[in-house]
Amino acid sequence: MLDHVRALGRTGIDVVVSFGRSGQFLFGVLRGVPKPAVGFPLLVRQIYSVGVLSLAIVVVSGLFIGMVLGLQGYTILSDYGSESAIGQMIALTLVRELGPVVTALLFAGRAGSALTAEIGLMKATEQLSSMEMMGVDPLRRVISPRLWAGFYTMPVLALIFSVVGIWGGMLVGVEWLGVYDGSFWGNMQSSVEFVDDVLNGVIKSVVFGFVCAWIAVYQGYDCVPTSAGISSATTKTVVYSSLAVLGLDFVLTAVMFGNF
Amino acid sequence: MGSSAYISLENVVFSRSGRRIFDGISLDIPRGKVTAIMGPSGTGKTTLLKLIGGQLRPDSGSIRVDGHEVPRLKRTALYALRQKMGMLFQSGALFTDLSVFENVAFPIRVHTNLPEDMIRDIVLMKLEAVGLRGARDLMPSELSGGMTRRVALARSIALDPELIMYDEPFTGQDPIAMGVLVKLIRDLNSSMGLTSVLVSHDVTESLSICHFACIIADGKVIGQGTPEELRAHESERVQQFLQGQPDGPVPFHYPAEDATTDFGLGGKV
Repeated sequence: MLDHVRALGRTGIDVVVSFGRSGQFLFGVLRGVPKPAVGFPLLVRQIYSVGVLSLAIVVVSGLFIGMVLGLQGYTILSDYGSESAIGQMIALTLVRELGPVVTALLFAGRAGSALTAEIGLMKATEQLSSMEMMGVDPLRRVISPRLWAGFYTMPVLALIFSVVGIWGGMLVGVEWLGVYDGSFWGNMQSSVEFVDDVLNGVIKSVVFGFVCAWIAVYQGYDCVPTSAGISSATTKTVVYSSLAVLGLDFVLTAVMFGNF
Repeated sequence: MGSSAYISLENVVFSRSGRRIFDGISLDIPRGKVTAIMGPSGTGKTTLLKLIGGQLRPDSGSIRVDGHEVPRLKRTALYALRQKMGMLFQSGALFTDLSVFENVAFPIRVHTNLPEDMIRDIVLMKLEAVGLRGARDLMPSELSGGMTRRVALARSIALDPELIMYDEPFTGQDPIAMGVLVKLIRDLNSSMGLTSVLVSHDVTESLSICHFACIIADGKVIGQGTPEELRAHESERVQQFLQGQPDGPVPFHYPAEDATTDFGLGGKV
């Protein structure tokens, strides 16, 4: 019994220590912004690697989720004779929730895991150590551009996801199921507010982007430099990012749309 | 050795994961010479290099490099001091996404504002020194183990450091590659006036090129001196290590309970 209590206590301490270390790590990264002439090309390369290469999965997922929303929305709304509201339903669902959340989950799975594995492998092959010994700070050179690339690309990816999703919903609702396109677009325009809906969705994706990128780079930098350690860190990135996104989404939704 | 020491360790204590790696180790590494640090695997030879380079901090004791107390240096000063150091890692640690040329050019690009044609000349000179000027366009994945270490060596001398540290440079090398590395270490030291620290457990190669050597075991220096002095050392542990004897003061068997009891034969025979 005492052993279980001790193990629980040790786990609790480990979690607190890990939070502390990741906070210190983040402080070090935020403090160590590289000079623009050096940092900008590195940032552009990471935006390509983290953002542009994630476009395919984001676009395809957005298209299918929009199409499914169109089908489900039509089936439910037509029971009440309200199928003309399908455009507003799809747009609000995507812009407020599914755009930021699903993009963040896809980002964690594709880009986050790749970031962790890349940094972990650089650690295991002593590339980070050799950089330190050359008088180059790896937090500035390697970590900072990757963190900021995640921060900048996530809102853009989430907006692309929502736009493609709305287009997919239109294909199903208007082109296939015959909803009048005037009411599809008109209802959407009259009900979707820029500040309340679009901007709040962008704020969510900014937060998710920062958190997912932070988790990914920290797990890579802090991993045990062995194959098992990198594998474990990559898994942790996807699991922790997904849980953080879903948990934060609830908090942000309550703050933004609660109206208590 | 006193003032001629480039690196000086005094009563350095260092522990990791509850295990004491160094227990008050003291050592002077002379300026402008090749010093070999030898010892059985797991005695903390690589850890010693990381302590000298400031990548690890000791629990107590003093580590001075060219007059600077490394553990007390602020981050900026430490990074500035590291520009005077080169380190050859056991794996080479080349950047896998950069070509051979770009790997060698990396520290020059980061730390200087030299024009591109001058960077090209310096990189080619460094690659020429290690015999790999023709391999400039290859990627690290296309290099053999020996070539990887030679490129890493070219990169570590790119900024003309005062100190170069070699971490197990001979491990896993074929005889030709080993001979090339031995020659390079000796030639670079004499031509560039470097202070070289060589961590290795390859006795023959290390003693053939070093001016001074020390053997570490159980967190302390158990023998040091010139190669001749070490060969004539009276310590049994030093002799066991130098001659590669399987049993002696360093036992063949890892500590275990009595074999009779362990095999379940106690009291039954």
